[in-house]
This record gives sequence, C-alpha cells and structure tokens, in this order.
Amino acid sequence: MTAEEIYNSLKAKFGDAVLEAKLDALQPWILVASGRTKEIAFFLRDDPVMQFDFLMCLSGVDYNDGRLGAVYHLSSMVHRHKIVLKAQCTKENPHVHSISAVWGTANWHEREAYDLVGIVFDEHPDLRRILLPYDWEGYPLRKDYKVPEFYNGMKVPY
Amino acid sequence: MIESKTLPTRYVTRPGEIRTSSGKTLRTDEMIINMGPQHPSTHGVLRLEIVVDGEIIVDVIPHIGYLHRCFEKHAEHMSNYQQVIPYADRMDYVAAMNMEHGYAVAVERMLKLEVPERVEYIRVIMAELQRIASHLIAVGTFGIDAGAFTPFLYAFHDREHILDLFEMTCGARLLYNYIWVGGLSHDLPEQFVDKCKEFCVYFKPRIKQFNDLLTYNEIFVKRCANVGVLPKDVAINYACSGPMLRASGVNWDLRRDDPYSIYNRFEWEPQVGKGEMGTVGDTWDRHIVRMREMEQSVKIIEQALEGIPAGNVQAAIPKKIRPEVGEIYARTETPRGELGYYVMSDGSASPFRVKARSPAFVNLSVLPEISRGGMLADLVLIAGSVDIVLGEVDR
Amino acid sequence: MGLLDKRFETGNVFITSLDNLLNWARLSSLWQMQFGLACCAIEMMAASASNFDIMRFGIIPRATPRQVDVLFVAGTVTLKMASRIKRLYDQMAEPRYVLSMGSCANCGGPYWEHGYHVLKGVDRVIPVDVYVPGCPPRPEALLEGIIKLQEKVRKESLVKKSA
Repeated sequence: MTAEEIYNSLKAKFGDAVLEAKLDALQPWILVASGRTKEIAFFLRDDPVMQFDFLMCLSGVDYNDGRLGAVYHLSSMVHRHKIVLKAQCTKENPHVHSISAVWGTANWHEREAYDLVGIVFDEHPDLRRILLPYDWEGYPLRKDYKVPEFYNGMKVPY
Repeated sequence: MIESKTLPTRYVTRPGEIRTSSGKTLRTDEMIINMGPQHPSTHGVLRLEIVVDGEIIVDVIPHIGYLHRCFEKHAEHMSNYQQVIPYADRMDYVAAMNMEHGYAVAVERMLKLEVPERVEYIRVIMAELQRIASHLIAVGTFGIDAGAFTPFLYAFHDREHILDLFEMTCGARLLYNYIWVGGLSHDLPEQFVDKCKEFCVYFKPRIKQFNDLLTYNEIFVKRCANVGVLPKDVAINYACSGPMLRASGVNWDLRRDDPYSIYNRFEWEPQVGKGEMGTVGDTWDRHIVRMREMEQSVKIIEQALEGIPAGNVQAAIPKKIRPEVGEIYARTETPRGELGYYVMSDGSASPFRVKARSPAFVNLSVLPEISRGGMLADLVLIAGSVDIVLGEVDR
Repeated sequence: MGLLDKRFETGNVFITSLDNLLNWARLSSLWQMQFGLACCAIEMMAASASNFDIMRFGIIPRATPRQVDVLFVAGTVTLKMASRIKRLYDQMAEPRYVLSMGSCANCGGPYWEHGYHVLKGVDRVIPVDVYVPGCPPRPEALLEGIIKLQEKVRKESLVKKSA
C-alpha cells in the first residue's frame, strides 16, 4: 500500500484523530493525536490489509520550539510496506498515550524517550528511567538542558 | 531440610509450600539475586536482578545504562556530519564497520548521493569481514559461558588475522573511522586482495574445526538445546532481528529484504534455525545460525574480491554536507540485527537529531520473556546467546 | 658462620633482601580482576588470548575483588558505574594497584566535551598507578603498561608506605 492509501484509510476510520500528513517527503509521515495513538496502533497492527507487525523504532524528539514529539517507524514483514507516525505534545503538558500493549518492544523504547526527552507515556506499565541513574534530574536530550555541576559528589564537566 | 513442628499436617499444599516425605508442609520463598554489573558472564556492564524460587527463575529484571555515553548528544553538537562517525563506531565496538556503514547509508540516502562502485564493493568486503570477527567473539564468549575455554582462544586467534587485514587498510584494529559519508577514508593497499583470499582459504576449515570442537559436542548440545526458546510471534512482536529472529524460524534478512548495498549481486543465503537439536528458536539454534552465517560471509567475500572494479574511493565525498530540511530512517543488517539510524536535519551543517536504534537494546528486552521457568545456569547461556554489546545497548 | 661460610659454590642458594624477594613474588603474579567496561575490554581480552598472552606475565583473571591485586579499568566509566567501581576498589585487599586503560578511563576520552554521564577519568574516584593511553590501546601497549606497573612494584619497600 502506498502512503496515500494508508493515510486515506486512517482518515476514514479515525477522522479527526489524524491531524496532518506530509506524503511527498522522502519518507512520508502522518501526524496523529497524542491521546489516540493506542487505538490507531491496534488498527495498524491487526487490520489484514495493513498488518504492521514490526515496530522498527520509536524516538523522542525535542523540536526546539516548545513541542516534544514521539516518532514511530512501522513496517510490515508480510506486505513489505513502511509508514512513519508522529505524535506531538507540548513541554507544559508532555503526555502521549503509550503503545506498549500493541508491540512489546515499545516498552523499553518509551522508557528511553521518557528518560532522555521527558515525554510521559500514559498507561505505560513501568515508566521509569532506563539509561540514566534513577535519581538523575533533568532530561538531557532537550535542547535547553544544562549539564549539572556535580552528581553525588563527582564533578561532571571536564 | 528443616521440618517445622508448629505447622500442622495438611493434605493440600498451598502455593509456595512443598510436602516433605513425612507429610509435613514446608514453606518456600523467593529470593532476589543480583547479577552484575561486574560479573564475568554478563558480557559487559549489565545488571540482572533475578527473582528465583530455589533454582527456577521466576522473573528477570535487567538494569542497563551503566555504559550510557551520550552518543545522541554528541551527534547534535558535532559541527559536521562526518564527525559523528568515530562516535558511531564506538557504540558497538565489536562490529564497528557495520555501525559506520549504517550511518553512511542513512546520510547518503538523505543527500541522494550515489557512491562509486569500488566503494560499494569494498564496503561489502569490510562489512562481511567484520561480521565474521563479531560472530567469532560471540561464539567464543558463548563457549566460555558454557564452560569451554579453548574455543575462545581459537576464535580470537582467527580474529587476529581479520584485524591484521583491517590494520593494513586503515591503521586501526578495533575502531576504524574508515567508512565515511560518500566514500572511504583510505583506498585498499596492494596486498589486500591476495591476503584476503588467503584468509578465506585458511578460514573455511577452521569453521569446521570449531564446529567439531564446540557446536556438536554432546555436553554443549545438552546444555543449549530447548533452553531459552523464543517463539516466532513473540520475536516479531518484540522486534527482534538478526540471528535471534532467524533462529526462531523467520526467514528475514535486511541485506536481501530491505536492500541497501550490492548484496543482490552475490550468491548467498540467509540462515534460518530449524530446531535440529531441540526446539526451533532455542540457544543452540542461535549458535548454529551464527556459525553458518560466517560461512556465508566467506562466500560473499570471495565473490566480491573477484569483482572489485577500479576507481577513486574519495570521489564522491562531499566537501560540505548540508542536507535539506527533512528526516530519514535507514536500516542495515549488523551481526546483531537491525541497526537503524533516524537522522533529522534542519538545513544546517550539523545534525539536528540522530537516534540510533540498536539491535542489542531491542533484543535484550525479550530476555525476561524467554528465561522464565529456566534455571539459573540457563540464564547465563540465554544472555550469552542474545549476543549483546553494552556499548550499543546503552549508547 | 664457620659451617655455612662460603661452602655453597654450586648454586642452590640465593642471598637477597626481603624487599627484593617480596617484590619479585608480587610482581610475578599480579592477579587481575575481570573488569572490562567497553571497547578496551575487547583489547584486554585479545591481550589475554593466545597471540599476546598476558598469562605469561603471571596475570590470571579472577572474578572476585577479594582475590586480585590489580584492577584494569578498561573502558569508559560512567557516573552510574562510578560508585560500583569505588565499592570494588574498597573490597580489594592491599597491596592493590590500578591500571587505567584507554583514554576514557584516563581523562574521559572522546566524550570529554559533551558527555553528561561520563566520568572524566577514573582517577576522580580511585587512585591510579599506571595510565595506558590509546583509543583503544593495542595489546602491546597494555603489556607495556603492565611492565611499567611491575617496575613500580619492584621499587617498593617494606618499611615505606606503598599501595
């Protein structure tokens, strides 16, 4: 299926949860509402025409203009097509619904996005830091992050 | 066995109790054992919190991040796309050529850049040599996990030949900074082709010797068969890739199914686990898939050496890399699985965001699922068969 | 004195100082802790494999810190790992030595500028005896570092404070 067909199919089923799309980019992407990601993900995985059974990557991004976003790269081993989904939120209200019930791999990816960028995934079974120590403060991959001077008595900068 | 005189004799045991031979009930409890981060068998700084009931594992909780070296932050601060390459190969230090190759493919696709034929051939040869070197470490350390020390020495001895070839080309043994965006940093020296052909001739009987020593050894088979079985649907749901996925019976290899270089010109086959010694998807299957992939890599190298065209390897390296605003996700097949780079550009000379989707991070997340119900000694083998490299897990 | 004086001419008798004897014994069997963190660990493993073989120097890898003399910190030390390294160093019995292998353990390495989670040199938490530069150092460089450590042990004395 082409990106256009996937977009039309999603728009037909979910209506206003599908916000915008850029279908002429190098890799076409579809922006969806951050509260409805789980239903859309279930549809994309289980629908026999789509069958996106492989979540390639889930990244957290800080767009440097007050928005944070999660980018989902999906692919299908059966039909050999790919699509990119995006869900965005603001820094004041950084919530995106979790899709770890759909693909088991999203569990650790979402923990990493929470750890490094600070996006809180609602209904995640175990949202805690994964790469940084559990008592770390701040979200390092945000563009306005300041490196702390000391951590537990050790000097951090060179 | 401690028999409690205060517990009454009951005819039904409750969960957590066992019945002794004299009829009294004995209460058991779970224990939490900590394995790591410093441990001889965890292949690096991995901490596993294991909840055991006697010897049977109830749950495994991996804690990672002990080697988080901030690759993504460094990539954002580099003033040039080429400067990210040394950081990329320090992520998975055992398969550095493949990491660089993945990044170069991603940025070249974003720039819509075509590299010369000679560059493609040399990249394939380097990637396959690195695949053999990485699998040698994987099977050597897997043997140590099972208790066999000699295959480790054999594997490292063969690996030294490959490292000599790399050192001849680019000067470094482990971390190369060789595959650049648009080309390579050095051309092949004159003796490379002959020495590489000699290596291929030398290495093929060594695989058979290694198999005789370790793979078909009865003790090894008994320890590995039916241990850590990863079913096919769980593997796909958890996005496992590489030998872990292929050992579970899924015939999926990115070099053939999502092509990124000239692998379609060579004759080779992805290796799939068939459950010869146990169930499909157990640790023995992962081991034999890696051994057979080494044979296939030697085949690819021999075919590539025959057909290298002449050319300038630095002809297509751009002076300034300034992609237009956009993003791309490109994936390649490393010895551990699917490595993906999600590169975002905002039009300037340094990347806006580079996310590395590392195969070991994703493959490790399935460890709790496949080790429940096994014994503690099996967990060491299962963690070894996943073939993790902590630099890549933590980035 | 008369019975023993200059009676043994064919060998089998060594006269040496206790310092020399003890130092020779210690430097010839520096047991190492299996503690590879990152890329330098692969070069350390290659050094203990058959081509470079550090076991001929008497260096045997042991798994527990109670039985080792020298700790090779091979690889990047992160802030999360630093407290564990301190704990392992404290568990070692004296005389104990630390060999810092690779740029990351020496001074933070390539991650010195923007690494928010990297400890810029392991000597910020434990005292280091020998630094081996390189990224990663060749196995021969590691062997040179070990020989330098052995020279350092050779010069120690029972009466002076040491490691």
